[in-house]
Amino acid sequence: MALTTAPGATRRTGPVAPTPSRTAGRRAGLGRKVRDNLTGHTFLIGAVACFAVFSWYPMVRGVVMSFQRTRRGETTWVGWDNYSRIIADPSFWTAWKNTFVFTGLALVLGYLVPFFVAILLNELRHAKGYLRVLVYLPVMLPPASALFLFKFYAYDPSEAGLFNAILTALGLPTSEWMQSPTMTMPAMVIASTWMNMGGAVLIYLAALQNIPGELYEAAEIDGAGLWRRILHVTVPQTRLILALLAMLQIVATMQLFIEPLILANGAGTQDSATSVAYLIYQHGFFQNDLNGAAALGVIMLVVLAGFSAVYLRLTARQD
Amino acid sequence: MSVPQYRKVAALALAAGLGLSLAACSTKSDDSSDAGGKVTITVDCQPVGAQKELLKNWNDDVAEFQRQNPDIVVKSVSVGEQCNNPPDFTARLAGGTVTDVFYGYMTDLQQVLDSGQAMDIGQYATKDTIPTWDSVDPALKDVFTDGGKLYAVPVKNYSMGLIYNKALFQRAGLDVNNPPKTWPEVRAAAKKISALGDGIAGYAEYSAGNTGGWHFTSLLYSQGGQVLSADGKKADFNNAMGKQVLQNLKDMRYGDNSMGSRQLLQWGDLLTNAGAGKVGMFIGAPDATQAIVSQFQGKYQDWAMGPLPGQDGPAKATLGGGEGYFFKKGLSPEQVKAGLKWLAYQKLTPGKGQFDYVRAKPQNYPVGLPQPLLFANGSDAQKQELELRKANANVDTTNFAVFEANPVPIKGEPRNAQAIYAVLDAAMSGVLTNPNANIDALLKTAEDKVNQLLAAQS
Repeated sequence: MALTTAPGATRRTGPVAPTPSRTAGRRAGLGRKVRDNLTGHTFLIGAVACFAVFSWYPMVRGVVMSFQRTRRGETTWVGWDNYSRIIADPSFWTAWKNTFVFTGLALVLGYLVPFFVAILLNELRHAKGYLRVLVYLPVMLPPASALFLFKFYAYDPSEAGLFNAILTALGLPTSEWMQSPTMTMPAMVIASTWMNMGGAVLIYLAALQNIPGELYEAAEIDGAGLWRRILHVTVPQTRLILALLAMLQIVATMQLFIEPLILANGAGTQDSATSVAYLIYQHGFFQNDLNGAAALGVIMLVVLAGFSAVYLRLTARQD
Repeated sequence: MSVPQYRKVAALALAAGLGLSLAACSTKSDDSSDAGGKVTITVDCQPVGAQKELLKNWNDDVAEFQRQNPDIVVKSVSVGEQCNNPPDFTARLAGGTVTDVFYGYMTDLQQVLDSGQAMDIGQYATKDTIPTWDSVDPALKDVFTDGGKLYAVPVKNYSMGLIYNKALFQRAGLDVNNPPKTWPEVRAAAKKISALGDGIAGYAEYSAGNTGGWHFTSLLYSQGGQVLSADGKKADFNNAMGKQVLQNLKDMRYGDNSMGSRQLLQWGDLLTNAGAGKVGMFIGAPDATQAIVSQFQGKYQDWAMGPLPGQDGPAKATLGGGEGYFFKKGLSPEQVKAGLKWLAYQKLTPGKGQFDYVRAKPQNYPVGLPQPLLFANGSDAQKQELELRKANANVDTTNFAVFEANPVPIKGEPRNAQAIYAVLDAAMSGVLTNPNANIDALLKTAEDKVNQLLAAQS
């Protein structure tokens, strides 16, 4: 292999001490850059300050607190004590199990249902706008109001409850809903899906409308039915959006809090609704244990960071 | 001004505005005295705007107190539902935004001390600042004392009994003047009341939001039990008494179907049902009737109270608790004295503030309830307060006569009460929502969890 440059040549072309004129030029360039972008940077101050005060600082403070203990106004460093204590909490593993069950069920129900609703809306010829508004409407309800509707009207365990009335009319056995340990999670997922489906449906619809019509026409010519068209055209074409929303869904559903708080009055029947976020709330606000709550928060942050890393990788691939 | 220049000015204005807003958000203590030499104190738990009469009473009290003490300025702070909502209180305590004189539950002492925000007021709380101080029940002062130091002034206390709906008792053919005195009698009465139908629960009980554990504790006390061993290191409810508590509930819930179908109730849920006339009996403090009337549209004349039932005779003990006002660390002696004088005037003087029964009589607030019992038996203040209460009663005091005539020994809440209540909620919800609940297993699980908690916290 022939060398085009002598081995020592790189040294001569390496970094050279900047001459005064070059430094001055760079400074002038930097100053011009700052001046040119002053407006943008100034506008950024607001956002950066908000993130710093309300997002980054609390996160750093949370991590610091998770290694401290405050007793009698004295804060001391306690190493991993808060972590070992929180892991020894009798509800720790129950909360994680419940959270993963909810996340899993929410993936099955809350992830697939919006996709098929979006396909349905996309295929419709009439009343498209009306139905889209109808699907999106629950998103506009404050979550607490929507959940109280479910709690008092839909999930009433007596026969007067909406769902039980429907089941009775169909000749099916009724359920105790939130009072049944086995129904607690499905009931929370149903309510959560109804509340949040609108946003996902809109995103899927946008993705569906970007699929070239020719692909469907070609598939139809090849004799593909509706199911095969979905499987071989729609799904591959929306693969990335599906993956991104799945990641977002996991991150969002693992922060399960308001559903147990309102629907199950906290822990639910025999801890069947206790989520990790609710356990953090219990420790922080009821058990005089903000440090333990911070430790659990950090553990949750690490788990969610794993899913977020996957999300970032997916978005990077899209870019 | 050109567009770029305009943008720059707008951006700078925005940044400056944001900076000012953030600066305005920061907390800073009030100056303790103004130029005129007046002492200023901030006090929380001013009634919220919706409580019009209570708010007016408070403001009138402040005005009269300041007129009598021209060198003191009381700045009232309403903190929304803080006074009823522990999470709000915790947030303010952790955020360091409590007022100079701040409200807390008796069970909050440990939390307040851990936050390092309360000061010892022992040397200031005397007859000079609180004329009725020697009449205040010493047991209540003890609750707010730690290591020989006094951290708060008690302003309210309660003990639990059996609250019952007279109208439903009458409809069910029960004697309204002779409430059940034992749990088997409660069960029999509940069965008759629930037989009225219309979704009425003969007896209702909590099982969520830590209130289930709270009531389990009271029910256990009635059996003669205790939640923790004497040294506070072990759970002590997995025994015959704990089993009896859950068995009584299971018998009523599934044996007789006399507790209604809706469970997982917490404070507001049960009282909402009670206000709607759907609850025959429940255990609570006398002022639960006030909440039923003022917040949940019930009627005073419907409600009466007896002592907490026992298993085979009178209850062995009942749960007691209460409230007080702490003093923020760093106050000047003058501020502490001013705060104590304010509390003396508004909370601890018969005929004034919370004991101004002449003022309360025509208002929609009860006079005549056997609560608060702040003053020691036989003390001058107690005699004055009782006389005033009887003279101005606007509720039928005979409705509480059985409760008053049959006092039950009062026991306080256990250490780590809220953490333990959260665990015991599961036992309560288990027995109230599962017809096949295994009581032994529920108690064993709860016992293991509480022991784990205690071990982790030691």
